[in-house]
This record gives sequence, C-alpha cells and structure tokens, in this order.
Amino acid sequence: MAVIDLANPTRFLKLANRLLPWLAIATVLMFAYGLNGALHAPDDYQQGATVKIMFLHVPSAWLGMFGWMLMSVAALGTLVWRHPLADVAGKAAAPIGAAFTFLCLVTGSLWGRPMWGTYWVWDARLTSVLVLFLLYLGVLALYWTAEEPGRGARAAAILTLVGAVNIPIIKFSVDWWNTLHQPASVFRMGGSSIDPSILHPLFAMAIAFTLLFVTLHLAAMRNEILRRRVRAMRLIQAQGLASA
Amino acid sequence: MNLGPHADFIIASYAVAIFVVAALAAWVTLDYIAQRRILGDLEERGVTRRSRGKGHP
Repeated sequence: MAVIDLANPTRFLKLANRLLPWLAIATVLMFAYGLNGALHAPDDYQQGATVKIMFLHVPSAWLGMFGWMLMSVAALGTLVWRHPLADVAGKAAAPIGAAFTFLCLVTGSLWGRPMWGTYWVWDARLTSVLVLFLLYLGVLALYWTAEEPGRGARAAAILTLVGAVNIPIIKFSVDWWNTLHQPASVFRMGGSSIDPSILHPLFAMAIAFTLLFVTLHLAAMRNEILRRRVRAMRLIQAQGLASA
Repeated sequence: MNLGPHADFIIASYAVAIFVVAALAAWVTLDYIAQRRILGDLEERGVTRRSRGKGHP
C-alpha cells in the first residue's frame, strides 16, 4: 500500500484501529520507565528536588510547539491541496496541543515560585508561550463556532500559519532578549549542560509524552472522521425527509 | 524519597499533569463511544452514507 493511500479516511480508520492498542501499551510502558527514572533522579545542586518538575515542564513545552508545527503542516494541506484528512489532523491536534501548552505554563509557574520567587514575569519566553496558548484557544474557537465546517477550517488554517511565526520567537526568545527564563540547556551548541543522570530520565519522559501525543492525536483523528460521517448521514437523512 | 522544602510545588505539578492527561484520555474515549453510538443509531434507522450507497468503499 502506498503512503498516499492512507490519506483515504476509510483506510486511515483501519490503520488507526490497528495501531492504537499498541501505541497505548507503548505509552504506558514508556511512562513507567520514564517516571521511575524521574522520581529516582538525583537532586540538582542548585534547584534541589524541584528539578523533578522539569521532567513534566520541558516535554510539555516541546509538545506544545510540536503540536503547532504539526497543525501548520496540516494547514498547508487544507489550504493548498484542500485534503479533508489534513483538516481532520489539524482540528484533532488543536485541543491536545493546547492542553500541553497549558501544562507547560502551569508547571513552569509552579517551578518558578520556589526558584525565582514569583509565579509569573512578563519576560519574552513566558509571554511568547502564553501567546501560543491564546493562539490555540483562537483556533479552537474558530473550529467550534463556525456554522459551516469548511469555512471554519480555512479560517483556522490561516490563523495557524500566521501563528507559526511565534514558534521561532519562543525558541530564540531566551537568546534575543534578556529573560528570567534560563537559556537552552538541552539542545545547544557544545552539547547539553545537564548531567546525564538527569538528562536520561528527561529524554525518557520526552519519548513517553511524545507517544502519548501521537496516541491521543490518532484517536482524536479517528473520532473526527466518525463525527464527519455522522454529519454526512444526518444531512442525507434530512434530505430524505425533505423530499418525502 | 525526600522532596525537600518545596514538596508542595512538586506534588502540585504532578497532580496537574495527571489531571490533564486523564482529561485528554477521557475526552478521546468518551467522544469515540458517543460517535460510535450515534453512527449505530443512524445505521439502525437505515441511513447510509452516499459513498457506500453508490458502491464505493
């Protein structure tokens, strides 16, 4: 089967039904491994045990941005190729990305209070992530309030592509401006500045969260395809009643 | 395990994470059950998709 054949919703549903149980098992196993490593990781020499919040905060931040990049690719599919599965992928990713961005903001705030002495500052990194969360809410509002789904999808796709400008701003905000938030410490020139005893559980948790994202996204896409079938069948039913 | 003087913040972070993940899992599961139920009801009433009606998969 060619990859393009998976763009057929019926074939996609079959593949999703086959993959989802295995993805769910892999997610649970990876979380068990990652959490075991995270809870037994040594305390940081400066931050003490609060470094355990990093195992939630950093993967959430990565996935909040990953979700928007995924939606941006889907938005191109909606606007350029007008493929219905692209819109399904974008719509399904929006609430999941919003939830991870919310988790990033809350855990960052709970980490900031003991380390910085405040829950919130209007620095470039925190503010740009808050903007990302608001953009997610904007896309969700467009999807949920549009009377005609196609029009809502196009509007959401345009907002997604415009909002993609915010992703490099989030990434480089700590380099471009003087921020309270620390600069990049995992992926940076010269290698990570984090000790392997903390870095390994962080990567394990990042893989676990990514598996969770993929599982939820596939499941949400399956639900959205079913929802569109329900809508199509109701329209057919209404047409039948009108012509009777 | 000693979580030190800031244990409340660590526990609160993990509690929020568990809540968010559980909410997402419940959302996709309950939505799937609801859509399957509605589709089943429509099919029971004899409503079929046009593409299936025309002989397409």
